[in-house]
Amino acid sequence: MGNNKNRILELSGIYKNFDGLGILNGIDLYIRENEFLTLLGSSGCGKTTLLRIIGGFLQPDEGSVFYKGECINDVPPHKRNINTVFQKYALFPKLTVGQNIAFGPKLKKWDKKKIRESVDEMLRLVNLEGFRDRDVTTLSGGQQQRVAVARALINKPDILLLDEPLGALDLKLRKEMQIELKRIQQESGITFVYVTHDQEEALTMSDTIVVLDAGRIQQIGTPQDIYNEPKNAFVADFIGDSNILAATMKHDLCVNFLGYDFECIDRDFGENAPVDVVLRPEDIILGAPSKNENKPCGVVTSSIFKGVHYEMRIDVDGETIIAQSTVNSEPGKTVSIDIIPENIQVMHKCEHSPDVKKKKAEENAEFKLEAAN
Amino acid sequence: MKKFFKSSYLVLIILFLYAPILVTAVYSFNSAKSRGVWEGFTFDWYKELLERDDIIEALSVTIVCALIAALVATIIGSMAAYGIGSKQKKGNSFILSLAYIPMLNADIVTGISLMLLFTIAGLELSFMTMVLSHITFCIPYVILSVLPKVRQLDWSLYDAARDLGCTPTRSFWKVIFPELLPGILTGFLLALTMSLDDFIISNFTTGSGANNLSTLIYTAKMGLKPEFRALSTVIFGIIFIILIIVNVVALKKQKNNKRGNEI
Amino acid sequence: MKKTICMIPLYVWTLVFILVPLAIVIYYAFISDPHGDASFSLDGFRDFFSNPVFAEVLLRSLKIAFISTLVCILLGYPAAYFLARSKSRFKFVVIILMLLPMWINFLIRTYSWLSLLEKTGLISTLLTYMGFGPVDFTGTEFAVILVSVYDFLPFMIMPIYITLLKLDQSHLDAAADLGANPAKVFFKITLPFSVPGILSGVAMVFVPSVTTFAISQTVGNGKFPLIGDLIQEQYMVVSNWQFGGAISIVTMAVVLLLMYFINRTDSDENGGGILQ
Repeated sequence: MGNNKNRILELSGIYKNFDGLGILNGIDLYIRENEFLTLLGSSGCGKTTLLRIIGGFLQPDEGSVFYKGECINDVPPHKRNINTVFQKYALFPKLTVGQNIAFGPKLKKWDKKKIRESVDEMLRLVNLEGFRDRDVTTLSGGQQQRVAVARALINKPDILLLDEPLGALDLKLRKEMQIELKRIQQESGITFVYVTHDQEEALTMSDTIVVLDAGRIQQIGTPQDIYNEPKNAFVADFIGDSNILAATMKHDLCVNFLGYDFECIDRDFGENAPVDVVLRPEDIILGAPSKNENKPCGVVTSSIFKGVHYEMRIDVDGETIIAQSTVNSEPGKTVSIDIIPENIQVMHKCEHSPDVKKKKAEENAEFKLEAAN
Repeated sequence: MKKFFKSSYLVLIILFLYAPILVTAVYSFNSAKSRGVWEGFTFDWYKELLERDDIIEALSVTIVCALIAALVATIIGSMAAYGIGSKQKKGNSFILSLAYIPMLNADIVTGISLMLLFTIAGLELSFMTMVLSHITFCIPYVILSVLPKVRQLDWSLYDAARDLGCTPTRSFWKVIFPELLPGILTGFLLALTMSLDDFIISNFTTGSGANNLSTLIYTAKMGLKPEFRALSTVIFGIIFIILIIVNVVALKKQKNNKRGNEI
Repeated sequence: MKKTICMIPLYVWTLVFILVPLAIVIYYAFISDPHGDASFSLDGFRDFFSNPVFAEVLLRSLKIAFISTLVCILLGYPAAYFLARSKSRFKFVVIILMLLPMWINFLIRTYSWLSLLEKTGLISTLLTYMGFGPVDFTGTEFAVILVSVYDFLPFMIMPIYITLLKLDQSHLDAAADLGANPAKVFFKITLPFSVPGILSGVAMVFVPSVTTFAISQTVGNGKFPLIGDLIQEQYMVVSNWQFGGAISIVTMAVVLLLMYFINRTDSDENGGGILQ
C-alpha cells in the first residue's frame, strides 16, 4: 500500500497508560496524504486517546509520532499544522459564527480582508452562507457541527482530526452529514482522521479503516477488506452481521465446521488447525434437504421480514445460524445450508473467538461459584 | 385568585422589608427633633448632614474599603476556585472548609480573633487592618460564586483554542476566563455587598480615625439623631438610582441583542 | 502545576488570617494571666459554668435565634417558592427589591426600626389614635426577634429561591401524573428538594442572630443582654481575654454542634448544605 513519500503521519510503537491501565499497547500506523482514515472501535478501545496524541494534547509514554518524517512528540498543539473537530464541537459560546471561524486566522494575524474572504469561503463550503453573525448557541446540532468543521478547515491544516463528530446528531442528520463530510474532504483535499464507534459510518466514508480493540490494532484495510476478509473474530463480529463459527482447517482449501467439510480458498493454516470461519448472512444459501447431498441441515426457529429480505434464524445442532434471503422459510421448516468457497472467510483464532469466549465465561462462572462457596 | 394571593404575599414581604426605611425617609423631612410629632416640612437635616465632615469621611472610608476588599478578595478567591475546581483532590475539600470558616463562624468571633491577631502582631488598628479583615470574610463568598463556574467549564474549549493556535496562557485568557467572568463578577458584587453591610467585624478591627459608616453610627449613637434619617434616606436614594440605571442599561442591551439576532 | 500555584494565596491567607487568629482566641481562653506569667488554666470556663446567669444568657440568645430562624423560614419559604415558580416579568424586579436592603448598611436598617417601634414611633402613634394608648415596643424580646427577622430574611429567601430554581418541572408533572395531589407533590418532591437551600438559609440566619449584639443594644434598649453583648463586653470593656475566649468557644461549640446535627439528619439523602 502506497509508498513512503506520501506518508504524512507515522506512529511507531505508541504506548499510553492511565493510572497503570494500558490504554494504548503498541500502535504502529501510517496515514497517507489526502486519505480519509477512520479509527473504529467500541468505547474504551483507545481511539480518542490516539487522536489526542496525534493532536498533541497528550504525550505518548513510549513511541514516536512522525510528521512528514520528523518526530513531533514535543511539539505543542498550537504549533502543529493539525486541527481538530471536537466531540461536542467546543464552539466558543461568547463568539458569533464568523468570529468562531476567524479565531485561528486572527491568531495567525492574517490580513483582515483575507480573513473575511476565507470565512465566507468556509461558510460556503459548509453550506452556512448568511450565518456569519449568528450566535453559535442558537444553532442546531447539525449547524454547530458545520461551524466546527469550518473553524478547523480555515486554517488549511494538513490533517483534520474528527472525534466522533456526528455522535450527537439524530440518524437522518447523521446520514446527511456523512455525505457532506466526505464531500468536504474530497473538495478540500485534506487528510481526515476520523474517530467513530459506528461501523456503518466507517464503511460509508473511509478510504482506510483501522479497527482498534483494547489499545491494539486488530486490522487495517479498505472498507471492502474489512468487511469481506476480517482478519479475526473481533473484526468480523464488530463489522456487520455475521456468523462466526469455530472450525478446523483440515488441510489447504478444506475447512470443517457444523460437522461437515467445506471447500474454501484459504491455504497456509497448517493441517487440522483450529480456526474461526465467518459466514455473512446474505451469503448463506438455503435449500431443501436431500439425502444425496452432504450438507448441514437445520430447523428454522424464526423469520423476520426486513423490507428487502427475510432474516431467518436456523438451529443446526445447537448452533444458531443467521441467514438472509428474499425467499421466506417458515419457522419449523427444515432447510439445508450451503455456501460457496469464495464466501467462507477463514481466520486465525483470537480471544474473541466464540469457543474461547465461551470457555472464558465458563471459567469465570466456575471461579465465581468457587468464590461464592 | 391563587395568583392574587401569591402577588399580595410578595407585596407584603417587600413592604415589610421597606417599611422602616420609608418611615425613616418620611421623618427625615420632619422639622421636629423627635420622631413622634410632625411639626412641618424641612430640609434642615439634609443641610446639617452636608456639614458633618465625619459622615462624609465615613462614607468614603466605607466605599474605598469595600472596593479594595472586594477587589483583593476577588483575585485571591477566583484564583483559588480555579485551582480547586479544575482538580479533583481530597485535600481540596479540606482547604475549602477552612476557607469557609469566616462565612460560617459568628462574625463576632471572627472580628475578635482578627483584633487579637493585629494587637499581638503590634499593628495599630486602622483603616489598613479593617481592609485586611474585610478581605478575609469576603474571600469565601467569591469562592462560592466562582467555584460552580469552574466545575461547569467545558475544557474542550481550552483544547480547541490550543488547537487553533493559542499558547496555554492565551487559551486561558481568551476562552476560559470569559466563561468564568460572570461568576467572578457575582463574587465581586457579593463581596462588595458584604463589606458595605458589615458592622461587627469593622467594629473590632478598626481604630481611631478610621470610622466607616457602621462604626460611626454605632459609636456616635447617630441612630438617635435626626441627621441619621437624612443619611439613611440619601443612601437609600443613591442605591435606588444606581439600581434603576443598571436595570435600564440591562434592558436596552437585551433589546439590542434581540434585534441583532433578528437581522 | 500552575493550578497549584493559584491556590497559594488562599493557603497563606487562610493560615494567617483565619487559623492563627482562631488559635490565638483559643490560646488565651486557656491562659490565666495574659500579661504576667502565662500558665494553663480553665478558670474562664469555670467562671462561665459556675454562674447560672451566663448559661441563662446563652440560652436566651439561642431561643431568640431559634425563633427568628423559624419565623424566617415560615415567612421566607413561601416568598422563595412563589418567586421560583413565577413566570411573571416582574420577577426580576421583585428579587432585586428583596436584595436591595442588603445594600443599605446593617446598622441603618436596624436603627430605622426605632422610628416604628419606640414610644413616639409610628406604630405607637397609630395605636394611640385607636385608643390603645402609647406602647413602647423597644426593650422587648418581640422587638429583638422582629428586627432579627427583618435583617436576616433576605439571607433565608435567596438560598431557598436558588435551590428551587433548579427543581425540574417534569419531576412535579411526573408526581402529579402518578396520582399525587398538589399537597402531596409539595411535601414529597418540592420540600425535600429544597432542604439544602433551607439549610444554607438556616446557617446564614441562625449563626449571626445568636451572636449579634447590635440589635439587642438598639431596639432591645440593652435591657436583656445576649451572648454577643457578653463577648463584646469582655474584650472591649473589661479586656478579659480569658473569659471572653471561653464564652466564644462555648458559644461556637454549641452553635456548631447544633448546625452539625441539623446537617447530618439531612446529609444522607441530599448531601446539601452551604458547603456544596
